[in-house]
Amino acid sequence: MAVSRFWRKLRHRYNLIGTHCTTCNTYYYPPRKMCPQCRRDGRIEECRFKGKGVIVTYTVIHAAPENKAVQTPYVLGIVQLDEGPRLTSQIICKPDDARIGMRVQSVFRKLGEDSEQGMIYYGTKFIQD
Amino acid sequence: MRDVAIIGIGCTNFGELWDKSFRDIFVEAGVMAIEDAGVQGEEIDAIYLGNMSAGRFIEQEHLSSLAVDYAGLASINIPSTRVEAACASGGLALRQAVLAVASGYHDIVIAGGAEKMTDVDTDATTDVLAAAADREWEGVMGATFPSIYAMIARLHMHKYGTTSEQLAAVAVKNHYNASMNSRAQYQSPVSIENVLNSSLIADPLHLLDCSPITDGAAAVIVAPAEIAKQYTDTPIHIIASTQTSSTIALHDRKDITTLDSTVAAANKAFNTAKLTPGDIDIAEVHDCFTIAEILAIEDIGFFKKGEGGKATEDGLTAIGAEIPVNASGGLKACGHPVGATGIKQAVEIAEQLRGEAGRRQVDGAEIGLIHNVGGSGGTAVIHILST
Repeated sequence: MAVSRFWRKLRHRYNLIGTHCTTCNTYYYPPRKMCPQCRRDGRIEECRFKGKGVIVTYTVIHAAPENKAVQTPYVLGIVQLDEGPRLTSQIICKPDDARIGMRVQSVFRKLGEDSEQGMIYYGTKFIQD
Repeated sequence: MRDVAIIGIGCTNFGELWDKSFRDIFVEAGVMAIEDAGVQGEEIDAIYLGNMSAGRFIEQEHLSSLAVDYAGLASINIPSTRVEAACASGGLALRQAVLAVASGYHDIVIAGGAEKMTDVDTDATTDVLAAAADREWEGVMGATFPSIYAMIARLHMHKYGTTSEQLAAVAVKNHYNASMNSRAQYQSPVSIENVLNSSLIADPLHLLDCSPITDGAAAVIVAPAEIAKQYTDTPIHIIASTQTSSTIALHDRKDITTLDSTVAAANKAFNTAKLTPGDIDIAEVHDCFTIAEILAIEDIGFFKKGEGGKATEDGLTAIGAEIPVNASGGLKACGHPVGATGIKQAVEIAEQLRGEAGRRQVDGAEIGLIHNVGGSGGTAVIHILST
């Protein structure tokens, strides 16, 4: 992944910073600069999520392109944050322990790397709360 | 707006075509369609070519020029346009051709689709396909394309009691159908046990729940319905052509177990054609994974939400049953060269409506539906064809 494409969103990835539309009181993560409900009437401000939520659905990935930072099998889920938005993230747990409805909280972790000498990517994953 | 009909069809064999290049296969499909229609090169007004990612699969962009050039049409300087919407690229190409003819802007138009996926290794292919999802907020987080459909499958099982055996029943049916299709990548039947015992890719999806990596190309020629009979005794009329969009990321959908783009495209298509799902005799739907066929038959309206798995297990989507789905073998077993798939679906339905589908012929099929999806449902395209 190109470096600039990644560092533009570093604050959002590292700190779970999304956006909030004060017109309709909807929270967005990943962040959006245009509120899909209010569009040009929306007023967008940044907000930091508490990082607590629940697993909506998940999968255990057994086959993935080679990435030294991620060893298969790993758990990937859609997490609904308590503030409302849903995001896709890895869940750090034993594959058999994951379940729909499990409470989770965010943690700061390594997401991947380009190569042994390449850039290392960090971001948010989730653990059982 | 003018009525539009398909007057010629062509499709290569699907599979690992290591001895053929990208340009070889789209010329092969295009020439078959031109010969089938009996049109002369000079009569062709325009080309639309569906392709997802030649830039990454074969490091070639500017396919519009390449297509015209190797089709031998560069000397007449016709317009050529490549269209892209991930796995719905072919469906989009067909729709663009329909719009061009319906509007009166062009008369004879080729809609083609082609993808050469085996020139790179499997890791690279997996990464290219992941680009159909949201790279920054799904891919970077560790999502692969199968994992996105696996998360849909998990929730569908949780909400509706769909089982792994019901998912496997989709693969079993489609492999059986493909055994009667000489163009198909896989022509051997598989059993429920074969599917369940194949390696897990993204739980609950096994290897045999996934469509394969495929090379292939397909083409159809469309023309105004009023002149179609000059070219063929069996024009296939396109009575609805709809395209819809939704969020690119699965996590932003209101209902993760419904492709709202499919629901919207189907509603519009049935309204346009003044038909209901019960009027459809045969359908080719976008089964990139087994769960995707279950979603499709529910979201198009053949079965109620949550009942697609059981309907498949009960054999209601087999050839000869209530609504035959993916008689070609579908993406699952005929193969899924992503940009070609939407056009191959049109070729299959046209053959069925002409009564030329051989051993997999659905008797008396007069109205067929084609459903092509991009990504996890960010794009949906539906066409309804009629004799």
